[in-house]
Amino acid sequence: MSKFQKKRGKSSPAISTASLPDIIFMLLFFFMVVTVLRDSELKLKIVTPQATELTKLEEKSLVNYLYIGRPLERFQEEYGTAPRLQLNDKFSTVNDIPVFLEQHKVKVPEKKRSRITSSLKVDGEVTMGIVQDVKTKLRKSGQLIVNYSAKQKSD
Amino acid sequence: MARSSRSRMSNEINAGSMADIAFLLLIFFLVTTQIVEDKGIRVALPPWSEEEPDITKLKTRNVFSVLVNAQNQLLVRGEIASIDQLRERAKEFIANPTKREDLSESPKKAIISLKNDRGTNYKTYLSVYNELKAAYNELWNEESLRMYGKPYSDELPLSMRKAVREKFPLVLSEAEPTAFGEE
Repeated sequence: MSKFQKKRGKSSPAISTASLPDIIFMLLFFFMVVTVLRDSELKLKIVTPQATELTKLEEKSLVNYLYIGRPLERFQEEYGTAPRLQLNDKFSTVNDIPVFLEQHKVKVPEKKRSRITSSLKVDGEVTMGIVQDVKTKLRKSGQLIVNYSAKQKSD
Repeated sequence: MARSSRSRMSNEINAGSMADIAFLLLIFFLVTTQIVEDKGIRVALPPWSEEEPDITKLKTRNVFSVLVNAQNQLLVRGEIASIDQLRERAKEFIANPTKREDLSESPKKAIISLKNDRGTNYKTYLSVYNELKAAYNELWNEESLRMYGKPYSDELPLSMRKAVREKFPLVLSEAEPTAFGEE
């Protein structure tokens, strides 16, 4: 018995942390794989509605996002409370959509351009007027694959 | 004495700071990323054309009209209805299992016409759309089980999915909305 104790006491007193980096790297890679870089800061309040018939968006690089909702409180003084459209980082109007789509399109390889999807992230409380305007503009710009972003309904 | 024991122990590279570096990277990624949960209802919009599609040529029995007004009320084929009934009614209309005179002649001829107001809530619009899509999804699922014994899903080969969809083609026409309740 005493033999064991002696040996233990003499060798390394600290816990080996050699494997700690590996563990952290594992976590790091996990997060890198499951997440995407945040591309724009939301200036609108958006709570997407719930639905059941959902499809997952596959390739993130083929998706562009259009946000529709009411401005957040700190932007209300400047932009009012009426529902607005946000493209990338700024408040936009419907007329900015073609340029926005074109900017995204040039980043996509030509082969995949037919699969570009526009994801509409729309607040549930917004009325259809502005959504309709956006849809019409998308149709006029030839962007026909649209995804109405929604959450899975939990029942 | 202490010195010699130290030099004997550290015959490998000190990797203590590796953890800190990795932590730094990890925290950077945690802050700059968001966990994606982008799911949604996929829709194929019709190409833009100047003139409105004429649906007056179609037989009334083949058209399942759904109107949503600015008060988020539903009018299905001329009667007031609620969203809960929509799925069942749409399914019955499309498949018409009892061969009723007032429902669609065949699933291939069935057309769903959706019209909303500019003042309709997006939430209501989406749940109506969701129910109509669910009706088709359920029909596809039933047909797929009958034909292949497998549920309709992404795992089913594309040719089989196409065959199922051809039996119940999804035709959802959206009319230009009315503008009574615009805020």
